[in-house]
Amino acid sequence: MKKNLLKNDGVQSLIASLVCIVLGLFIGYIVLLFINPTGAGNAIVTIVKNFMTYNRPQAQLKYMGNTLVKMAPLLLCSLSILFSYKVGLFNIGAAGQYCAGVALALYTALGLGWSWLPCMVFAMLAGALLGCISGVLKSYRNVNEVISGIMLNWITLYLTNMLLTKVKEETSPYTLVLNTTNPNAVLPSLGLGKLFNNNQYVGLAIPLAIIIAIVVLIVLEKTRFGYELRATGYNKNAAKYCGMAEKRNIILSLGISGALAGLGAAMLYLTGYEQWQCSTSSVPGMGFNGIAAAFLGGLNPIGSIFSSFFIQHITAGGAYVDKSMYCSQISDLISAIIIYLCSFVLFFKTVMNRGIAKSEEKKARLEKQAALSANTEKGGDN
Amino acid sequence: MVLLIQYTLLFASVLLLVALGGCFSEHSGVINLGLEGIMVMGALGGALMMRYLPDGTPAALMVLLVILTSIIAGMLYSCLLAISAIHCNADQTIVGTAMNILGTAAATVIVKAINTAANPDDVSSTIQYVSAKKAFLVNIGSFEFNWFMLVAVIALVLSYITLYKTKFGLRLMACGEHPQAADSVGINVFKMRWAGVLISGLLGGLGGIVYITCGVSEWKFEYGVAGFGFLSLAVMIFGQWKPTKIALAALLFGFFRALSNVYFGFAFLKNLNIPSGIYNMLPYIISLVVLAFTSKKSRAPKAEGIPYDKSLR
Repeated sequence: MKKNLLKNDGVQSLIASLVCIVLGLFIGYIVLLFINPTGAGNAIVTIVKNFMTYNRPQAQLKYMGNTLVKMAPLLLCSLSILFSYKVGLFNIGAAGQYCAGVALALYTALGLGWSWLPCMVFAMLAGALLGCISGVLKSYRNVNEVISGIMLNWITLYLTNMLLTKVKEETSPYTLVLNTTNPNAVLPSLGLGKLFNNNQYVGLAIPLAIIIAIVVLIVLEKTRFGYELRATGYNKNAAKYCGMAEKRNIILSLGISGALAGLGAAMLYLTGYEQWQCSTSSVPGMGFNGIAAAFLGGLNPIGSIFSSFFIQHITAGGAYVDKSMYCSQISDLISAIIIYLCSFVLFFKTVMNRGIAKSEEKKARLEKQAALSANTEKGGDN
Repeated sequence: MVLLIQYTLLFASVLLLVALGGCFSEHSGVINLGLEGIMVMGALGGALMMRYLPDGTPAALMVLLVILTSIIAGMLYSCLLAISAIHCNADQTIVGTAMNILGTAAATVIVKAINTAANPDDVSSTIQYVSAKKAFLVNIGSFEFNWFMLVAVIALVLSYITLYKTKFGLRLMACGEHPQAADSVGINVFKMRWAGVLISGLLGGLGGIVYITCGVSEWKFEYGVAGFGFLSLAVMIFGQWKPTKIALAALLFGFFRALSNVYFGFAFLKNLNIPSGIYNMLPYIISLVVLAFTSKKSRAPKAEGIPYDKSLR
């Protein structure tokens, strides 16, 4: 018998994600209608089009490059969320770990004048350290990782501001420009920039991010370590009973998760695409958007590649809406709605499976009846 | 000194209200991580009310109306949690986080839309309520009494009575400890959980409006409420899910939060020359340390966070 395609878990995840996107955009559209009905249609199209708003292909390429530059850190943040979620932990501290990555990447690059590789490693270590703090608190002191994550986010934010004030421009609240202060610390372009109409920010980060996504997939699915992590996530006590070091696994997974987020920060800030504002009053949204990307991607690293592109695509698209009517935060709103809808995915799958089971049952009953009636007919012939 | 007491009491009121909200929701069995978002929504409702009420409105009516809108806004927003967590078995951590992000994003979009509609050049996300705010304040000597402090005390007393002295409260707590047992003696678990979440929306919304009116007379909604919802959860855990202990915990946390507002008023603290960032960090550091020492023997409701499954009865 042919297997029902809809029963495949991957297909179900894909359908669920697409439903989330469509519903999210639709609700966003309704909000826009409420704010100002005349331009709502245009605005939503602008958000979805993003760099395609430009007419010239060169400009399109260049701005597509910019979207990709910001997609790399988002992908890393979503991998960070996903990695810890496989162990049953919700690493909302990714935002703070990202922030710590920014702090160390920029400080080592601007303040100490190191080249890009050690800067990147230090950013990773900073994130990993924060992750481990959450992990230790969780496994030894039973502190909910969400609450400790949030507290660490705020602590890190203030520390970052204090540290980066040392390398800031005299007259502005922003950190020094990376490309002029220390060109050594800029990530190598690998000739990729030329493909995107000489976009100087496109470089190593993008292929590296995709490679890391694949590595994460392999580690989680094909190694013993990944298996142990997932087993701990399914049932902590069972894993412990089987002799897995569940405490070590919790700390390690949050540490790795933090390292991913920190690396993501280095991938953005070491391109020189953005400068840190030393009076920033809230944790960068990248970590939170990572949550959206992780769940939208069906908690699969490969799915994350596409979902983080999509989230970044609409976030960047938000910048192009007509400012006299709407604000660019409308795309934040849409991604927030998408996260909310993603929490229904499990419910959605259950309903779908129930529907499939029902229709199969019905089919089986009909077949049985048909066979039965065929039998009786045969009997009648005799 | 008076200023320090005043701010301590104000911040403690916020933490107390919101933590009590979390307490009701968790006792019914639903983890409410969305308190931050609920606070933002409550604050938005109240701030809009203050903005649109005419200047001549009597103070009592003003206080009442603002409180009412905040409560309604908070309760409406908490329905998002109730629907998904109670009926759709959603992961309560994700829903809560989504609500926090959604709350700030939605409030920013709404306020910006209102500001831009009023004045096309105004793209800020700030609401001002300088004159309206005066309705909440009564000067007693140099101490500025805020009606919300009284509201917080009333909420504390009412919460205590409701939880421990009424049939409703005891049933609510039963649903958080062992919903199957509660159901078997005829308590409607779904209804009780709805009640828990709605009460937490009520108190969370109220906490939101208190937070944005203490100390400042305008609020930029892009900031959300700066982690206060989560601080309140820390207060709740530190208070071991009990209203009276929560009140004491709120005072402690409120004190450290107030310190960052007024430390420069104390000569000896100023002379230490500690950067303001450290004072800003204090409440969060304290809460981490406190949590590390109190979470081990946690008295959390046993069934919190687990969707109710009737078939497990």
